[in-house]
Amino acid sequence: MANNKREIREINASSMADIAFLLLIFFLVATTMNVDTGITRQLPPIPPEEQQMEDIKVKERDLLTIFVNTYDNILVAGRQAHISQLRAAVKEFVLNPTNNENMPEKEIKELTMPDGSIWSVPVSKAVVSLTNDRGTSYDMYIQVQNELARAFNEMRDDAARARFGKDFMNLEDAERDVITKAVPLSISEAEPKNVGGN
Amino acid sequence: MAVMKKKRKGGIPPISTASLPDVIFMILFFFMVSTTMRSTEVLVKTQLPDASEVQKLEKKQLVSFIYIGQPVDSQQAQWGTAPRIQLNDSYHSLTDILDFVASERDKLSEADRMAMTVMLKADRNTRMGIISDTKQELRKANALKISYAANRAAR
Repeated sequence: MANNKREIREINASSMADIAFLLLIFFLVATTMNVDTGITRQLPPIPPEEQQMEDIKVKERDLLTIFVNTYDNILVAGRQAHISQLRAAVKEFVLNPTNNENMPEKEIKELTMPDGSIWSVPVSKAVVSLTNDRGTSYDMYIQVQNELARAFNEMRDDAARARFGKDFMNLEDAERDVITKAVPLSISEAEPKNVGGN
Repeated sequence: MAVMKKKRKGGIPPISTASLPDVIFMILFFFMVSTTMRSTEVLVKTQLPDASEVQKLEKKQLVSFIYIGQPVDSQQAQWGTAPRIQLNDSYHSLTDILDFVASERDKLSEADRMAMTVMLKADRNTRMGIISDTKQELRKANALKISYAANRAAR
């Protein structure tokens, strides 16, 4: 009996788990998996040699030209604009709310909805053409690209909300396809010019 | 009788939690080991631009990186301050991009090759000249899905 009483008591190890948990949580929080984020774009393929210079014809009224020069000044449809005005200008141009004759045409397209019904929707034929100089700063280029992406994203959001009552990001894949066809992302990039001499 | 005796002694003995720390440590080690960062040493200064409309890159194994910017301070004595292109672990010229894309494409399985994405990590102060040239080379290499790396910023 006496022997039994003198036996060394087991150390309570239940708090060890807490310590380990603390370490675990520290590592979970501290190791930020460097998530790469970026603006995704599709480059146009290089046309084969035989069929060169057969440019796709775009009517003048459908084309919004944006030019960024070597001093990072922006020219939208021939007028100088600030980066903050770009988004509204693009949206107004593409949507053409007043059906102005000098602004893009709309083509009624019949899109098949995920439930099988047909949705007749006017799709703008607008093309945004972006030209930059070789001396343009990358920062300004990304800002312009970002504003363009934002304009199109907002238009898609509006369309998605009107049609499905949800934001574009929350749509099902099939629904997203329909909205993407209704509001196509039409940005064309011209070959960069070398005006600034850089 | 035996059952009665046991009950009198005080019910179920407590489960020993002594092995719980070991389990947690195992998870801990798993996280410590699995979150090793990419080991490419970046030799150019890449201060990314900010953008609000950025998307996450879905599959990391499909992404190849091209870094463009000024050489880091330690390399400037040798390479100067003009912006350079870094592929893998060293500086390269524009014409090497074709080979780089081809070798990156070979690493992918047949099915994934179409989905290959090239991410341009360029410094915000770079001029567009070198970036346009890079894009032109990528078009020649038929690597048409590209992504301009940018930090997420508030709208």
